[in-house]
Amino acid sequence: MKYLGLVLANLGRHKLRTILTILSVALALFLFASLRSVTTTLAATAQLGGARRLVTTNATGIVFVLPLAYGNRIKALPGVTGLSWANWFGGRYGDGKSFFANFAVDAESYLKMYPEFIIADDQRAAFLRDRTGALIGKRLLRQFGWKVGQNVTLQGTIFPGEWTFTVDAVYTPNDPSLGDDALVFHHEYFDERIGRAGIAGWYIVEIDDPAHAPQIAKSIDDMFRNSSAPTKTGTEKEFQASFATMWGNVSFLMSTIGLAVVFAILLVTANAMMMSARERTGEIAVLKTVGFSDRLLFALIMVEAGAMALTGAALGLGGAKLFYPAINFNGAGFLPGFKVATSTLVVGGLVALGLMLASGLVPALRAARLPVVQALRHVE
Amino acid sequence: MALVEIRDVYKSFQRDTQKIDVFTGLTLDIEAGSFTALMGPSGSGKSTLLNLIAGLDKPTRGTVRVGGAAVSEMSPGQLAAWRASNIGFVFQSFNLLPVLTAYQNVELPLLLTRLSGKERNERVKLALEVVGLADRADHYPRQLSGGQEQRTAIARAIVADPTVMLLDEPTGQLDAKSSQEVLALLQRLNNEFSKTIVIVTHDAHAAERAKTTLHLEKGDLIEKRAAVAGVR
Repeated sequence: MKYLGLVLANLGRHKLRTILTILSVALALFLFASLRSVTTTLAATAQLGGARRLVTTNATGIVFVLPLAYGNRIKALPGVTGLSWANWFGGRYGDGKSFFANFAVDAESYLKMYPEFIIADDQRAAFLRDRTGALIGKRLLRQFGWKVGQNVTLQGTIFPGEWTFTVDAVYTPNDPSLGDDALVFHHEYFDERIGRAGIAGWYIVEIDDPAHAPQIAKSIDDMFRNSSAPTKTGTEKEFQASFATMWGNVSFLMSTIGLAVVFAILLVTANAMMMSARERTGEIAVLKTVGFSDRLLFALIMVEAGAMALTGAALGLGGAKLFYPAINFNGAGFLPGFKVATSTLVVGGLVALGLMLASGLVPALRAARLPVVQALRHVE
Repeated sequence: MALVEIRDVYKSFQRDTQKIDVFTGLTLDIEAGSFTALMGPSGSGKSTLLNLIAGLDKPTRGTVRVGGAAVSEMSPGQLAAWRASNIGFVFQSFNLLPVLTAYQNVELPLLLTRLSGKERNERVKLALEVVGLADRADHYPRQLSGGQEQRTAIARAIVADPTVMLLDEPTGQLDAKSSQEVLALLQRLNNEFSKTIVIVTHDAHAAERAKTTLHLEKGDLIEKRAAVAGVR
């Protein structure tokens, strides 16, 4: 502690340079935490899904639909204990700038199958009763200022026209990664409006035992193999993961950009430390003459580098941790449950330590190894 | 036994391909409580001798002992610790740390000791009082005159009560008035506090303040002159 004054005085020598260096580190770690959080959020989303739920989609791709008639045949398979279906709607609200997921579901079976959505009993009943009702995530309530009982009109994109729903119920997910910004409405109403086309975007199949999943999935796909719409069935987790893998390259890109940013800042910080130490060659010689040992001078310069790196880290990582919840960030609906995980803070802290070592080591060693007589010539 | 014993010291430097011999068998004693001026032309080895006594440099051959300690045989780590408690060094260009106040500059050597904050405070105040700068404790070097800066440097040199004070051209950058003040202060430190002082100078007036003057030329001691007691 008795050297604190000396360390602070040295840090305050060029206040602007010190502040800019700390802000550079803070910005780098803020970006690092943000980019890494995209990756960890995607990874968390990929882990979602009940062990007893399978998802059946069109084998050609998720954008192709399946006949609604498949439902009864799937339901009849041994081991299948429940079935629901849904359709991506893709409606737009307002100017369309605020995207949120909206899809039609077979409401009764869907809600039964997803106990993860917490809904007030009276609202649940109201939604199930109301053919043109909608169930919305609580974020939408905040985002658009909607109220329960209010009518909301979506502009159909895939299925044209104005679609008006009554907000009957609000759900809160028991896991933030599930997201709380979707709007779901009755498939029955959807089917009626599109002229009884009898289509389902995907089926959700509840099974008796997770151990039977591969066998039941195979039975479903075998059943429709030679039909006009062959199916692809997998666990819900695989289904979620397939969305996450669509982001695969983005995740890689984010990680790469994150590392590049950190490396760039490392160079900035190292440069600042080198300049600071070089400017003080004479002072280091004086301190050595006074009796400061090589080891002590090494430690003092490392502490200076550490103070800058760790202050920057605290600002950057702490800032990221506080900033995103404050603005209720969810990546326009693509990153539900976005948060800066503890693991990101730990990795960020290690990056800061690495920054400290990398930026302080060279000037600290240089100061420690500086021959006094040679340095004194610099002084005199 | 002399406080500083220099025995058969050789010191040479390599400059490019040329070997420069500074000392070739220098032997010298400096007594405790003495005030010695080292004079001589540039390149005569005055500053090198000061560096050898302070343990900032090592002789190529021979021994340097200060207060019985074999300085020339210590490791860098031992030397740093030894210097902290035994050497008070003053430079021509003051060399105060610009980011520290006069008080903090004077406190530097005490940070290396086990003294408590209160003890350090007492010692720093006393040192600043001795050099007549108690009222300038909170001033930064840029807020002090040259003479005040050098007196602060002297306070830093005496604060840890070192065995010997070494001053390299302490009046070289001062005007006549400030020089006289600094020299008077050194004389007082020697007379009243029995500090052993070795001063390197080109200035004959400065040397006159010393009790002993040594003349070096090309690394050889060519004259040793003791001042007449009572004259200075």
